[in-house]
Amino acid sequence: MTDAVLLIENLRKSFGGLVVTDGVTLEIGPGELHAVIGPNGAGKTTLIHQISGTLTPDDGRILLNGTDIMPLPPHERAKLGLARSFQITSVLPRFSALENVALAVQARGGSSYKFFGRAASEAALNDEAMAALAEVSLDHRAGVIAAHLSHGEKRALELAIALALQPKLLLLDEPMAGTGPEESERIVTVLQRLKGRFAMLLVEHDMNAVFALADRISVLTYGRVLASGEPHQVRNDRAVTEAYLGEELE
Amino acid sequence: MSTLTASKPLRAGPRIDLAVIAMFGVLALVPFAAAFGAETYLLGLVTRVMVFAIAALAVDFLCGFGGLVTFGHAAFVGIGAYTVAIAGAHGVTDMAITLPLALIVSGLFAYLTGTICLRTKSVYFIMITLAFGQMAYFIAGSLAPYGGDDGITLPARSTLFGLQVFGSDRALYYAVLGSLIASYGLCRAVVYSRFGRVFRGARENPTRMATIGFDVFRYQRVGYVIAGCLGGLSGFLLANATEFVSPAYMSWQRSGELIIMVLFGGLGTLHGAIVGAAAYLLLEEWLAGFTENWKLIFGPLLVIVVLYARGGLVGLAASIKARLTRD
Repeated sequence: MTDAVLLIENLRKSFGGLVVTDGVTLEIGPGELHAVIGPNGAGKTTLIHQISGTLTPDDGRILLNGTDIMPLPPHERAKLGLARSFQITSVLPRFSALENVALAVQARGGSSYKFFGRAASEAALNDEAMAALAEVSLDHRAGVIAAHLSHGEKRALELAIALALQPKLLLLDEPMAGTGPEESERIVTVLQRLKGRFAMLLVEHDMNAVFALADRISVLTYGRVLASGEPHQVRNDRAVTEAYLGEELE
Repeated sequence: MSTLTASKPLRAGPRIDLAVIAMFGVLALVPFAAAFGAETYLLGLVTRVMVFAIAALAVDFLCGFGGLVTFGHAAFVGIGAYTVAIAGAHGVTDMAITLPLALIVSGLFAYLTGTICLRTKSVYFIMITLAFGQMAYFIAGSLAPYGGDDGITLPARSTLFGLQVFGSDRALYYAVLGSLIASYGLCRAVVYSRFGRVFRGARENPTRMATIGFDVFRYQRVGYVIAGCLGGLSGFLLANATEFVSPAYMSWQRSGELIIMVLFGGLGTLHGAIVGAAAYLLLEEWLAGFTENWKLIFGPLLVIVVLYARGGLVGLAASIKARLTRD
């Protein structure tokens, strides 16, 4: 056995005749940031859905810290330390930023079958939530209703929610999608700060961000891992350059 | 620093506002006013309003906070009422037994049907709650030993350890008012509790809730049971108020009326459910005095409120107040 945080073995998934995950094998060690890149439709998001449990693979194994999580529903995977952000921002729109994060703290610690006492006034929950918001530089916006945050702030809020869960593995599905250059840079800075604290799987189209952050990179095309290795290896891999990177890195 | 900023948005959290206290105050004074006029009539009418307000609270709790639009909540009212009637038919009239029994039976019905209903969403949820409501309705209608379609008259109002606590209409009135205040307080506490936050979060974004580790289904089922028990309480009081129980209490029209009350008063406010129940039943009483076809007047009125006063009567009052204080 390895001490991998995430171990994916020979994962397969197809929708009818369309193979979206074709024997993917992947390993992420403790504190490692592993980026998965590939053209649109390569099966990156589908892979994340299968790890987080919103899609069921046809075959293969997914181990989180040595535990087979394939039979578990998403909420139980979350309890084992799996957090994720979504490609399309997913927060609780009518809750304040603080309450979005406090709910994540609440999910991790203590019972939620308490029917009395104002949850929003629980200092223990709020303090931890504020700390998570501060890490993504969103503490000054704590009281703002999530729906009123800018797109970049919502992305940061998603990160704060993930942080508050104190995950063992964080799945990031295009955290920079739809953000402007300034906000992208801000998210890269945040991720750089978080790097090493827990393992991360990053799916991202922004190649500058990927090469700045990743310890290892896997290239996915047509649901298959085309190449996997350290950034400089992947950058120089001819098959990769031909299939995908060519025009972007010239 | 961080605790300072953390506490800031929370202070502005919802407090029990004066209007709600005034509303309960007025309800508490009704019996004194009634003493000068048609006492039996007025007490009976307002008792009825409060009984349905409890059921409307349950519906608001589910629809307005949980996003679970239930179209079968009259079933729980009926189950609570029938528990009293059936126990009474077997000689058990003490509420030390019948009240817990009514709550348990309606809660159990909520648990079992909720296990199935909550697997579905949106329109399917509405339809399946309607289906269970109709099932309960037809089962009640087929209870031949207990009156079948005609319903059954209670041998007497419930006693408490042998005492005639519901002996006078006024005593019953205050018991119902007490139940209403308790139900309102309970709903309020639950909505803002840890549980309530999960329950509300599940309406906002169930996928997000699951990915942070909440088993949304279980929390919703607990919420459904709470609402079911409140429906049962309403039924228990209804049976005592009317001293008669019939399957009509469970008809889908009744369930629809509960939704109308909540929309009319203001969805997701709790006290709006009470205002809505009062407005609906009092308008019904008043308009029916003019014409048999009072729904012809009430229908357009409801449309106007829903279209032009988002947030119902409570929302309308709030916006008028805002406009007045602005000048």
